[in-house]
Amino acid sequence: MNVEKLQQIFAQSLEIDAIHVVDELTYNSIPEWDSVAHMALVAEIEDQFDVMLDTDDVLDMSSFAKAKEILAKYEIEFS
Amino acid sequence: MIAPYHLERQQKSAQLLDKLNALTKWHMDNCQEYKAMLEKSDAVQQVDTLEEVPYLPVQVFKLLELKSISQEEIVKVLTSSGTTGQQVSKIYLDKETSVAQTKILVEVMKPLLGSKRLPMIILDTKSVLKDRKSFSARGAGILGFSNFGRKHFYALNDDMSLDIVGLQAFLKEFAGQKILLFGFTFMIWQYVYKEVIASDIKIDCGDSILIHGGGWKKLKDEAVDSSTFNRLLHEQLGIREVHNYYGMVEQVGSIFVECSMGHLHTPSYADIIIRNPITFEPIPYGEQGLIQVLSELPKSYPGHSLLTEDLGTIHGEDDCLCGWKGKYFSVAGRIPKAELRGCSDTFQGGTKR
Repeated sequence: MNVEKLQQIFAQSLEIDAIHVVDELTYNSIPEWDSVAHMALVAEIEDQFDVMLDTDDVLDMSSFAKAKEILAKYEIEFS
Repeated sequence: MIAPYHLERQQKSAQLLDKLNALTKWHMDNCQEYKAMLEKSDAVQQVDTLEEVPYLPVQVFKLLELKSISQEEIVKVLTSSGTTGQQVSKIYLDKETSVAQTKILVEVMKPLLGSKRLPMIILDTKSVLKDRKSFSARGAGILGFSNFGRKHFYALNDDMSLDIVGLQAFLKEFAGQKILLFGFTFMIWQYVYKEVIASDIKIDCGDSILIHGGGWKKLKDEAVDSSTFNRLLHEQLGIREVHNYYGMVEQVGSIFVECSMGHLHTPSYADIIIRNPITFEPIPYGEQGLIQVLSELPKSYPGHSLLTEDLGTIHGEDDCLCGWKGKYFSVAGRIPKAELRGCSDTFQGGTKR
């Protein structure tokens, strides 16, 4: 369920179709996921999962897979 | 010791030299124009000291589009601010250099800002970020520093008027929390400070830290120096801690921020050398001259060693009372009528054989 939620957040923040939100989706690999969109994405993730990411997490969040990994540190489970 | 202000002279210069030599070679192999300039000036390419690393005058990026990557690899273009009518520099970044730039900015600022992102006020307008692929120096600065903040609030409306209501609401919402403010020195002075004075309102940012850069040129005309600036911002806006930084779009990775003693510091990945403005020979610490900047980051374009148009003075190395290692220095401003002669007949870099 959290996976779908995160997928939706990605789709909305990056303004892309949810179908394209896969583990391999990486930062800067599509025009939609640039540094400006990244800020919006991070803000939305924090709001919706009620977490506060560290600066390093923001920089490390370089793919959809990585986002799940980082959120797992904050006890958000993706089974 | 606090990275990236932990390396002492010997270790730092050895590491940096290896990387700069490698970059000189990389750019020789990948940028035709760079190669031509170095060959024409008989610059030695692999050198034994930092002072011998060949350098380009920073204005060269206003005249030539220099890059060491293919067109397809460009992910971001940075442009210098430049006043109206002036040519702007164009700096091309690929993914690798762009990511490295963001990472290093974080490392450089972490000793001051910590790793927790703070509620952030950007003392600028959001419209600076309108173009998503090409960034002005202002846009690039805002984006880079945004990584340290959350709940970003832009304090200026598109017409540059101050959003006082929004600002007060933001401060109320985050009262009691440490606030990060970021902006450009002149913009802060002109559109925030003066506006607050004119409208006679009281603003208290509480526990707050301001990072600002962009140069003092316009404030100098009003005889406002750094300590006056800090004092007035404290008095009128309640900003408790202020740190200036020195950097330029032409050299990614060179962000020199003021320590607790108010000195600009060089981190382990970048360095400065002061040169005589006439002979271009390096001059001793304590004497004012032209600032040359060195950075291990610029790989997508040949900007790892640049002679700026700014005057500065190195005050010492590895012994600043703040505890950070590296050279510490101050910037006096632009050389009068900044123009070191044009570029193709002017490449002054490197030592002659």
